[in-house]
Amino acid sequence: MSLLDYFKTNKKPSTAVTAKERLQIIVAHQRGERDAPDYFPKMKQEIIEVIRKYVQVGPDQVSVQLEQNDENLSVLELNVTLPEKN
Amino acid sequence: MAQIIVVTSGKGGVGKTTSSAAIATGLAMKGHKTVVIDFDIGLRNLDLIMGCERRVVYDFVNVINEEANLNQALIKDKRTANLFVLPASQTRDKDALTKEGVGKVLDDLAKEFEYIICDSPAGIETGAMMALYFADIAIVTTNPEVSSVRDSDRILGMLQSKSKRAEEGLEPVKEFLLLTRYSPARVTTGEMLSVQDVEEILAIPLIGVIPESQAVLKASNSGVPVIIDQESDAGMAYSDAVERLLGQELPFRFLTEEKKGFLKRIFGS
Ligand SMILES: Nc1ncnc2c1ncn2[C@@H]1O[C@H](COP(=O)(O)OP(=O)(O)OP(=O)(O)O)[C@@H](O)[C@H]1O
Ligand SMILES: [Mg+2]
Repeated sequence: MSLLDYFKTNKKPSTAVTAKERLQIIVAHQRGERDAPDYFPKMKQEIIEVIRKYVQVGPDQVSVQLEQNDENLSVLELNVTLPEKN
Repeated sequence: MAQIIVVTSGKGGVGKTTSSAAIATGLAMKGHKTVVIDFDIGLRNLDLIMGCERRVVYDFVNVINEEANLNQALIKDKRTANLFVLPASQTRDKDALTKEGVGKVLDDLAKEFEYIICDSPAGIETGAMMALYFADIAIVTTNPEVSSVRDSDRILGMLQSKSKRAEEGLEPVKEFLLLTRYSPARVTTGEMLSVQDVEEILAIPLIGVIPESQAVLKASNSGVPVIIDQESDAGMAYSDAVERLLGQELPFRFLTEEKKGFLKRIFGS
């Protein structure tokens, strides 16, 4: 190891190293979200259809979302705005 | 078959328009009939970088709305044969772009041109989505900096889910990384992400590395795409990127610090 290397390795981690580590985490998270399972769109469609068999709701009144909370926990969130009772 | 190439990024100001102008000019210089389209509706820029701002009469939106035909709107480049510019409109709102309208114009252009370069606006709104929707190839323009890399990754997600190729289950859009405004000196001192870092994070093939260069401002000042300046590092780096786009394998240049000569060290560059 040269003298120069010695000084280099003794320095604090560079900001570029920090940037890379942060990005690796962010990007892994982003990819997790968009890599929802293949069956998801179809399942979502069928859930909406089942609801619409029983209550009159427009497609925009039902929201089905998959959220990856951490590595081994995903949450399926279902929101239905029911029509007002007369 | 015409190839539709989108130059995209998510983040603003990373060098999409500079790159679109350079790559379109480079392809035309290689003898390929090329058109470059400004998708930045309301904020046109490409005409300035191409140096044809005073020749704009009709624009992309006029053609979509059938207020003018393509031949009236296309501007033939004065310097480079085989090269045409389709400018954006300066005033209209972004809703002027519809999938149907854009698709029709691209279909018509595909009959005449080998390469159609789409200069995307920043963001992930309508304009950016329209620019990437029909693409066969995406040049993901990225600066070695956290927000730019994150946005590039988001754009990759869009290409993989929201493009026409994705929607129709065709072969996916070919994605390439174009790293711009690269400063080897700052990479050496640990202040800037390296080419390898960005490649590793985004995990798509590298098509070019364009150094931070004074030649870019000079080129935009005079309305001459920087690739025309073959004395300059940025100009040569864009030429290499064009060659790679055409299938050539070339070593990457300008990745290490330029060794300053004795005089340069004394007098600066
Ligand atoms: N390699 C480079 N070296 C130095 N300056 C550069 C380089 N590439 C681009 N620039 C400068 O960065 C600025 C933004 O470039 P450009 O307009 O091409 O970005 P853009 O991505 O099209 O921006 P927008 O998102 O606003 O459309 C310009 O001032 C340009 O001169
Ligand atoms: Mg631009």
